Amino acid sequence: MVGQFIHQEYLVAGNNFNSAGSASEAVKSTLKKMGVASADIRRVAIAMYEGEINMVIHAGGGVAVVDIYYDKVNIVLSDKGGGIEDLEKAMQPGFSTAPEAVQRLGFGAGMGLPNMKKYADKFDIQSEVGVGTTVRMTIFFG
Amino acid sequence: MKTEFTLTNYLNDKSLHTVNLDPEKCKGCITCMRRCPTEAIRVRGGKASVDYDRCIGCGECVRLCPHQAKLPSHDSWDTLGDFKYKIVLPPPSLYGQFNNLDNIDVVLNGLIELGFDEVYEVGLAAEYISSVTKILLDRKEVKKPVISTACPAILELIMMKYHNLAENLLPVLAPVDVAAKMARERAIARGIPKEDIGVYFISPCPAKVFALKTGIGVNQPYVDRVLSVADAYMRLVPVMNNIKDTKPITKMCATGLRWGVSRGEANAIFHEKTIAADGVENCVKILEAVEDGSLDDIEFIELNACTAGCVGGVMNVENPFVARGRLYQLARKMSTGVNNVTDLGKSKEYFLWEESPVVKDVFKLDEDRFTAMSKLMEIESTVATLPLADCGLCGAPSCRAYAEDLVAGIIPKDTKCPRLLEEERK
Repeated sequence: MVGQFIHQEYLVAGNNFNSAGSASEAVKSTLKKMGVASADIRRVAIAMYEGEINMVIHAGGGVAVVDIYYDKVNIVLSDKGGGIEDLEKAMQPGFSTAPEAVQRLGFGAGMGLPNMKKYADKFDIQSEVGVGTTVRMTIFFG
Repeated sequence: MKTEFTLTNYLNDKSLHTVNLDPEKCKGCITCMRRCPTEAIRVRGGKASVDYDRCIGCGECVRLCPHQAKLPSHDSWDTLGDFKYKIVLPPPSLYGQFNNLDNIDVVLNGLIELGFDEVYEVGLAAEYISSVTKILLDRKEVKKPVISTACPAILELIMMKYHNLAENLLPVLAPVDVAAKMARERAIARGIPKEDIGVYFISPCPAKVFALKTGIGVNQPYVDRVLSVADAYMRLVPVMNNIKDTKPITKMCATGLRWGVSRGEANAIFHEKTIAADGVENCVKILEAVEDGSLDDIEFIELNACTAGCVGGVMNVENPFVARGRLYQLARKMSTGVNNVTDLGKSKEYFLWEESPVVKDVFKLDEDRFTAMSKLMEIESTVATLPLADCGLCGAPSCRAYAEDLVAGIIPKDTKCPRLLEEERK
């Protein structure tokens, strides 16, 4: 069983706020069936949701690949959006490049990436301007 | 396995207190199964059946059944003979049932006329709950976003599926329990023998029937019998038309009355950042969003499983939107004040949960996470073979639910998907 995992893939549509959160919802449902502790489920939920919203707002959508193991979940969020110019800045709490229209809707408060980093046990981000961004997260179940 | 008959088992048996099937009327259509918010229904052997462990009593199946085969459970009007001294608790939603009602006292006098000895308005107790809620929020004694616990179907859903959010729950008694607690005490203080007192609630929905019978948040149930709004309505209309001398009884303000509709509770606490959602599917979306941390700035969330709020309960008579319009109309004629809890001389604790409801593991596939994981993998590989049309032919609400039933052994392992069989035949 150790080493085996459940593989799930979700397409996150760009500019579709209605569907943002549906990947998180599906993953949460699986973890609840597994009996993962609710505090861990909450961390996965927040990290996934922030990632989904990021792809919707900034990247015109992307793909969420989720591998659920007995003791952890690996999440890879990749998009072919514009990429991030200054990663260091982007990781600072409160820094936001979200379009004004989106910020007015209440998203883009500059907490997306910092929150993902905060709630994930392992966090890695690779980004190239004009090519896209890939976020890799691991959350261990306590 | 036959469950041993004990009082606890009886009280906790949801089949007795939520919804029942009239097998004569059930055609085996899949309307209820498709829309049950917890996937508690299966249609096998041509009839719908409910897994009561998963039932939240929302009444959605009662509302949707095109053949009226789903019946909400409640006590019959004949139970009025069970007690010598009868206290009745009318809910705010009741007043939305009557056309041209301009005075709530006409309904309350009607209830006395029907044989009740005393009335205690649930709307009045709701105002006390609002004022306690405001104190808890002002003093930051509850975790934001605070989620209302007034709708027992939503509370049950959270206990089953949103264990994360248990700490966000508003730990106050339901208005009906406060009404029952206070009315009973008052009667005892007046010297009426305890054993003679019967407290009757007139319920708009099966969720409240279940909650009161099992006693959620309370040490033991305060309400003795739970009648339906529809039964009360049928008896009230004739007597209300003949009331000559309307005695002043009502103490409730417009604030309490508006608890009968969605937003009534949220508006009554006078905090700025509040949300009110109604309709069980909409409530689910809000609960998912709270879990995802996207509503962290909200102070208070009111959720009603029924569309439009309690006026949408399936044991009412009138269309929810018509009833809502009437409540608004009535509220305009009433005092805009609010009955404040500080006038009662009772401690805040009096209104708080006497015991916290406990979370239920109904969706966990196995106690052991290894086993749950291997079941999940089996489910995933089964799902991969299915058409994902969610057609319901197999009697499960979705292909995934069918795979789960197969792996759980609820249906025989050699069962085949009827849709795939059909295609093979072609």
